[in-house]
Amino acid sequence: MKKFGGPVLFLDRSDINTDEIIPAKYLTEITKEDLKPYLLEDLKLPGFDPKSDKTFGAGAVVTRANFGCGSSREHAPWVFEVNGIHVVIAESFARIFRQNMFNCGMAAIELAPGQIDRLFTFADAADATIEVDVANTSLTIKGGGREESMQFEISPFDKALVLAGGWVDYADSKY
Amino acid sequence: MGMTTAQKIFAAHLVDEPFAGTKVLGIDVVMCHEITTPIAIADLMARGKDRVFDTTKIKAVIDHVTPSKDSKTATQAKMLRDWARRHDIKDFFDIGANGVCHAIFPEKGFIRPGNTVIMGDSHTCTHGAFGAFAAGVGTTDLEVGILKGVCAFREPKTIRINLNGTLPKGVYAKDAILRVISELTVNGATDRVIEFGGPIVDAMTMESRMTLCNMAIEAGGTSGICAPDRVTVDYLWPFISDSFASKEAAVAEYAKWASDADAEYDKVIDLDLSNLTPLCTFGYKPDQVKSIEEMAGTPVDQVYVGSCTNGRIEDLRVAAQILKGKKIAPTVRGILSPATPQIYKEAVAEGLIQIFMDAGFCVTNPTCGACLGMSNGVLAEGEVCASTTNRNFMGRMGKGGMVHLLSPATAAASAIEGKLADPRKYL
Repeated sequence: MKKFGGPVLFLDRSDINTDEIIPAKYLTEITKEDLKPYLLEDLKLPGFDPKSDKTFGAGAVVTRANFGCGSSREHAPWVFEVNGIHVVIAESFARIFRQNMFNCGMAAIELAPGQIDRLFTFADAADATIEVDVANTSLTIKGGGREESMQFEISPFDKALVLAGGWVDYADSKY
Repeated sequence: MGMTTAQKIFAAHLVDEPFAGTKVLGIDVVMCHEITTPIAIADLMARGKDRVFDTTKIKAVIDHVTPSKDSKTATQAKMLRDWARRHDIKDFFDIGANGVCHAIFPEKGFIRPGNTVIMGDSHTCTHGAFGAFAAGVGTTDLEVGILKGVCAFREPKTIRINLNGTLPKGVYAKDAILRVISELTVNGATDRVIEFGGPIVDAMTMESRMTLCNMAIEAGGTSGICAPDRVTVDYLWPFISDSFASKEAAVAEYAKWASDADAEYDKVIDLDLSNLTPLCTFGYKPDQVKSIEEMAGTPVDQVYVGSCTNGRIEDLRVAAQILKGKKIAPTVRGILSPATPQIYKEAVAEGLIQIFMDAGFCVTNPTCGACLGMSNGVLAEGEVCASTTNRNFMGRMGKGGMVHLLSPATAAASAIEGKLADPRKYL
């Protein structure tokens, strides 16, 4: 199973689409690894620098509503995966992006807006990190000398996919 | 309690329910294109599982960048082509026979009422126009679909949209769906099927119903759905005439997939469109919609007619009707991409291509190309395109470019004036 967590990249906007996560012009790449330099290259967010160490050093993303809307491209989860970001925490996700995450054995965690607000109170802490325990559906955020834990829910199927490492092996053994 | 179309299709295709709330369905049609399929093929090969579940239920087309524009896209096309040949995929469409997936597969009669359909493409929701459940999926779901013919879903609830009244002159299915998306917002239908009904939908052609269902995903919807009826049967008749004694018999058989009168919906929205004006998006989200009256006068650099949303023959007819005998503005680049070779040939036979070319349009081969900023009409930074496509995200048609989504009629009027323009004065 993958490691879920690390330094947090806070993306304070709703409706971040898959074109922003990985622009269509890079869909001609044949391997996931080739996507690596283009993470969030076209993200429209004031002050955001896609080429910064903060972006490429992240291990988790915290964001708002309808994350991953638009195209079905699994290149969006893949560009996170090859950069070591295995968990995205949001108020809500677009359906295809959410399923793509779990299908790859990664975690797309939905929290209530109030809980997302709590996580964003750590956004100014340069050392903010999140650790996620998928098996126990809990997470802990630390930063600026503070610490906060919370529980989350994921469907039993999605949890099984994460624990199995993805959908292909699961389906091939079962169907 | 009655059932919706989606519920009936789920019940008829259920293979497994591994956990409460998760349904694994058998898939009738697994569609593949050269952007999202090659990585699935490579992964299957790496796992030693380079197999397909059924050579007749898998359909494949090279459509996103065709003919290939560079070595990378040539490699993607080759991977799909080699795989289709290796597995003897019966329905594979390559250069000369290829067109935009969501236009060519329905045109070949591949989608039938009650079907389950998946593809590694978000606009797969288009095929719900035939009374099917059709969902865009990622590459991993596609890979499992190719290997096993199954896909897992959370059973979606259904939002029923009744389009009431009659569409006024100059207002089309594209305007109707933009109105619906502005009502639902960009995630108002997440984990929902959008079922379209009412007198306006009943009166629509299959082409218009596909335009409606095509953009269900822009409100977050899993699939669009229209009830199968006589219009559906008329469209499919060349492909189903051997299976039924009469069209009436086919209508009666397919009617079983329509939602029951007492079906339970997540919500029902009634929209009277009798006073609808032509619409146009103004921002970078497809729910940012205004009347063309408010948007008229905005200069555009390019006008694009094509795509899985509006590249079908009736779209070309409407645009040509407005363009006939006129020239597009000298400041505008007009690009037409008929969505399939069949549409292209019909457009030639009807004299539509002549009209477009006389007006100053460039006519390209069928391809997705410009819609997603891949080829054949990519925008430069700061440029604006009036487009009959489906997505207006910032940079969608080229980094720094702006896209206004609108109908083929509005596109044609805008091409003539060089700025967003109301098509009604030309009709």
